[in-house]
Amino acid sequence: MVPLSHYLLLGALLFGIGLFGALTRRHAISILMALELMFNAVNLSFIALSRYLPGSHMQGHVFAVFVIAVAAAEAAIGLAIVLGLYRNFKTVNVDEINLMKW
Amino acid sequence: MTAAQVLFYLLAAFTVALALMVVLAQNIVRAAVALIFSFCGLAGLYLLLDAEFLAAVQVLIYVGGITILLLFAILLTSRIAGKGVRVLNEQKLLSGLVAVVLVVLLGAAVRRGFPALAARPPQPENTPAIGELLMTTYALPFEAVSILLLVGMVGAIYLARKEPR
Repeated sequence: MVPLSHYLLLGALLFGIGLFGALTRRHAISILMALELMFNAVNLSFIALSRYLPGSHMQGHVFAVFVIAVAAAEAAIGLAIVLGLYRNFKTVNVDEINLMKW
Repeated sequence: MTAAQVLFYLLAAFTVALALMVVLAQNIVRAAVALIFSFCGLAGLYLLLDAEFLAAVQVLIYVGGITILLLFAILLTSRIAGKGVRVLNEQKLLSGLVAVVLVVLLGAAVRRGFPALAARPPQPENTPAIGELLMTTYALPFEAVSILLLVGMVGAIYLARKEPR
């Protein structure tokens, strides 16, 4: 049986990779993809904890369902915003979109 | 090593490698395709954790829904440019440092915080239990999520439609 800590370490590693991507990628859609990776890392941790912790039965699964629903809403809104950005600025590189920066 | 362990390490290596490709790939379509397979690897890990329902949901929503949506958005917006394009901004080193420090801290916390727990004996039926919890204990968050999805849908349509002039 794989120990719980390995699942949690895998989740932490995936979260770190997603964080790096969200902080460094220039393309707005790449940032959304990195965010999805982070959501999935958290889901993995939820499900692993739900499987291993004594006394908790399915709560981790239910939370993972909620996370997936919120991630779906986030993806839809985020992509709509990206389309709007492209229409207005003709670019989707977030470091070129600096209208509201000082 | 048992079969479950071998499968776990194989799936973990597969998922991490593809996640790295998502973050580092030069071509954004390639990154999206790597994301699809990374989600598939995660679905396999969910199966190893006896979460059949969530594995199915993962394949349906992430693999079949979100990544296809992302691909559509990529094709609608960007020049899917090749070599000369910089894909990372100038904060590479700093954010790499932040990510590494975060992973090390989380790893230390996991090492100290969780003694070796034996897995609970597998339950024969997981999916009905999820449904029951959603309809009883978590009924209010469930309704809140449905409202969130409705609002998200309306907002996405409003943002993405062409503005009448």
